[in-house]
Amino acid sequence: MDERHRIVELIPRLRRYARALVGDRARADDLVQDTLERAWLKFHLWRPGSDLRAWLFTVMHNVHVNQIRAAREHYPLDDEAAEMGVPAQQGASIEMRDLERSLALLPAEQREIVLLVALEDMSYAEVAQTLGIPIGTVMSRLSRGREKLRALMHGAPASVRLQVVK
Amino acid sequence: MSGGDDKAVPPLTEADLLAYVDGQLPEARRGEVEAYLAAHSEEAERIAAWRHQNQELRALYDGVLDEPLPERLREAAEGRAGESAAPLVRPRWPSYARAAGYACAGLAVGVLAGWQLQPAHTPAALGAAPGLARSAAVAHATYSPEVRHPVEVGADQEAHLVAWLSKRLGAQVRAPRLEAAGYSLVGGRLLPGEAGAEGSPTPPPVAQFMYQCKAGTRVTLYVSTGVADQGETAFRYEREGNVGVFYWIDRTQGYAMSSADIDKDALLSVATAAYKQLNP
Repeated sequence: MDERHRIVELIPRLRRYARALVGDRARADDLVQDTLERAWLKFHLWRPGSDLRAWLFTVMHNVHVNQIRAAREHYPLDDEAAEMGVPAQQGASIEMRDLERSLALLPAEQREIVLLVALEDMSYAEVAQTLGIPIGTVMSRLSRGREKLRALMHGAPASVRLQVVK
Repeated sequence: MSGGDDKAVPPLTEADLLAYVDGQLPEARRGEVEAYLAAHSEEAERIAAWRHQNQELRALYDGVLDEPLPERLREAAEGRAGESAAPLVRPRWPSYARAAGYACAGLAVGVLAGWQLQPAHTPAALGAAPGLARSAAVAHATYSPEVRHPVEVGADQEAHLVAWLSKRLGAQVRAPRLEAAGYSLVGGRLLPGEAGAEGSPTPPPVAQFMYQCKAGTRVTLYVSTGVADQGETAFRYEREGNVGVFYWIDRTQGYAMSSADIDKDALLSVATAAYKQLNP
């Protein structure tokens, strides 16, 4: 199938992830647009036959990281621009809004992994490949992210983490 | 504790619990985890909460999948961003980047609608372009059309480029990131300074960074460190021939952003993006 067509088909998934990642709809779509534009700019780097979805998420990751970095470097006072804005999903239940707000409070590096697994059903190996980090790092960030999310949602104390049982 | 197995089974780890929740645990280990959870209610609660998170995240964001596709995203996905006759409204952040997003797409619009309808500068401004803007425009006109050798050092050696230029200019220079404005760094080069520009017998050399957008349009940032300290000036605009230049001075460094291809507003967006990074 033509790559253009496949990329178009992946837009809804890129949008879903971006929305969860940055919170605000307009900014999320900007991130998607930047990602798509960058993907075409760098398309020669994509290996035909490899996973196009994972590659696009990699591009989005890089664009997002660069934006956060640029915002931190150049707008140190403008935290709102650097990180997620206040989420505003109209009509969402209180629990849903809590989830959005809690998600926004996670470090981006944890949020990404929690979302790639939850929304994209990526295997840990795919997440590792997409983000260019070791699989062990994926697991530890996922664990920390989920525990933090849980604590934020329910006021639960940071739990003892299971290292080894038996 | 974990079901009574005493063979050499690897111990249960946090990773196993994660994999259990995400359906990524090998079948063989699942029973082990279940037995563990049955015996540890707090752990079972924790795992239930993780599972709930996954479900709630899907519930919260799956709706996005069914939202109608904005045309701008479809165009970008098909690699034809910027082909529209008019730039689409594109809310962005930060605000300078919003305008800058048009800069590359602004090529056709700018050339057709912008300059040619208003070719005349005010007489007062003509001939008043100071050295910085003029030199920048000349350098832009000289190097931006280059196909094979647009720069001396490419963006693939950016750290080296910046270090080299900083050393030769005798001051720290930086190549701002203009990706948000649609421009990627091509590279840079060293150029002779303006002889006698500030009464200096041997003017320090100057630097030129070149950027290019996807459509192939180029802008150049000219950096001069040999400027008499004027504090900080506002943006000024000059045209030299068909090259538009926005320039500003920060203490002893002068900057000029030039283009022959994009309109004044688009160039202003790119210059503003650079300015905000260079003068935070």
